[in-house]
Amino acid sequence: MTKYLLLKHYRGGPAPLCDTQMDQWAPEEVSAHLQYMGDFAARLEGTGEFVDGQALSPEGTFVRYDGEGRAPVTDGPFAETKDLIAGWMVIDVESYDRALELAAELSAAPGPRGEPLREWLEVRPFLSAPSTIAE
Amino acid sequence: MDEALLRTLTPTVICILVRRGADFAAAEDAVQEALVEGLRVWPDDLPRDPRGWLVTVAWRRFLDAARADSSRRRREERLQDEPAPGPAQGGDDALELYFRCAHPSLTPGSAVALTLRAVGGLTTRQIAQAYLVPEATMAQRISRAKRTVSGVRFDQLGDVGTVLRVLYLVFNEGYSGDVDLASEAIRLTRQLAASIDHEEVAGLLALMLLHHARRPARTDGGGRLVPLAEQDRSRWDTDLIAEGVDVVQTALACDRLGEYQAQAAIAALHADAPTADETDWVQIVEWYDELVRLTDSPVARLNRAVAVGEADGPRAGLAALEPLDPALPRHTAVAAYLHERDGDPATAARLYAEAARAASSLQERDHLTRQAARLNALLRD
Repeated sequence: MTKYLLLKHYRGGPAPLCDTQMDQWAPEEVSAHLQYMGDFAARLEGTGEFVDGQALSPEGTFVRYDGEGRAPVTDGPFAETKDLIAGWMVIDVESYDRALELAAELSAAPGPRGEPLREWLEVRPFLSAPSTIAE
Repeated sequence: MDEALLRTLTPTVICILVRRGADFAAAEDAVQEALVEGLRVWPDDLPRDPRGWLVTVAWRRFLDAARADSSRRRREERLQDEPAPGPAQGGDDALELYFRCAHPSLTPGSAVALTLRAVGGLTTRQIAQAYLVPEATMAQRISRAKRTVSGVRFDQLGDVGTVLRVLYLVFNEGYSGDVDLASEAIRLTRQLAASIDHEEVAGLLALMLLHHARRPARTDGGGRLVPLAEQDRSRWDTDLIAEGVDVVQTALACDRLGEYQAQAAIAALHADAPTADETDWVQIVEWYDELVRLTDSPVARLNRAVAVGEADGPRAGLAALEPLDPALPRHTAVAAYLHERDGDPATAARLYAEAARAASSLQERDHLTRQAARLNALLRD
């Protein structure tokens, strides 16, 4: 089996089909969306395919080493960075096709008026352990 | 020690419960609970009759579960009326367990998990840790798998090939963790070989032993992958090699060749060479021809191209690579290697870098990146 990261971007992917920010939705639309995400994760646990899911705060800081004995250098937060990760889900599935199928389901989470949001999600395989038998 | 004993006893005890009338899924659950209990109490107080202890505890757990399930009440009464069972009979039931857990209706990942639990006697937590998923996810994967195969009749259990594929996966794609899955795969294959006389079971066992023998040399102190040609052969386990060679020779003598025997024969030829330069590549190419004939697998053709490159020179290797699909895993890495041997470091460096980007494992990617960096440094000088 292979693990895949389903990555949700606030920004940085292809142009979104729905450009209404979530804080502009009706409260029950927000609830329905969150409920869908929760149910989806629970269902994947039931099929034995769920590994992890987390949401990230949009606020981030860049950090780097600045030499022995010196405090780390920080930069940001940047309002206009090109790419902004909103959260992720990690799944463990039998095939790439299955990963795509699940990502598409997650992308169907309801948005305004209860219609599928059709958000773009990025699907990336994890690097695994090397196989024992190579030649 | 206790843990190893518990693992060995697990399939036997499941079979005893099934013979007493428990269905497979309930028996397997009850034995898993008894196993976890055993892991807890045995270190302080090893029972005099470990198998009897497990049967008693597992049966009690089974009855508790049956009692808790009111819809099962009538069946439970019938069960309690049954006469006491006799001792466990030979290996046939245990063999059935292997087949059931590897049933073709299961996905490979589910079959692996169920086999490790029911035949291997590992706990759900250990399996989850080994495959780096949460315990709840692994528990669900196993219980779904059990539901799928519970009702399968014995005469629909599939062939030995499905069992071998599952054991091969456990060996080949085992991740790291507290449990050594490669050793576990060998143990289960050994046990299977003891209860069924089949050349391919022997072939797979030999294949595993011969590859396991190289394990100490496969990575260096820093966890880097060391390619076969550069391995310190004095670190290979000669006992495992001797056993593997013996097992595969006996199997080959039956003259019913199969893919695992062919792969084991190739591994045996590598094991037989005192240095990489002394490898009998001509014979290895012949075995790859057999393997391609048996499996028609693109991966076998790719590995054959490497062997042809060694036997007949890099140009011949590149010619063998030519008709293969470039999208095959490791295709670009093989092309890079052959181009370097052919005296074209610039092409090789470019292909190594490309192969690194497409690598599916971290160690492989790092290895390929180092190859590209080595050639690029040479080219700059």
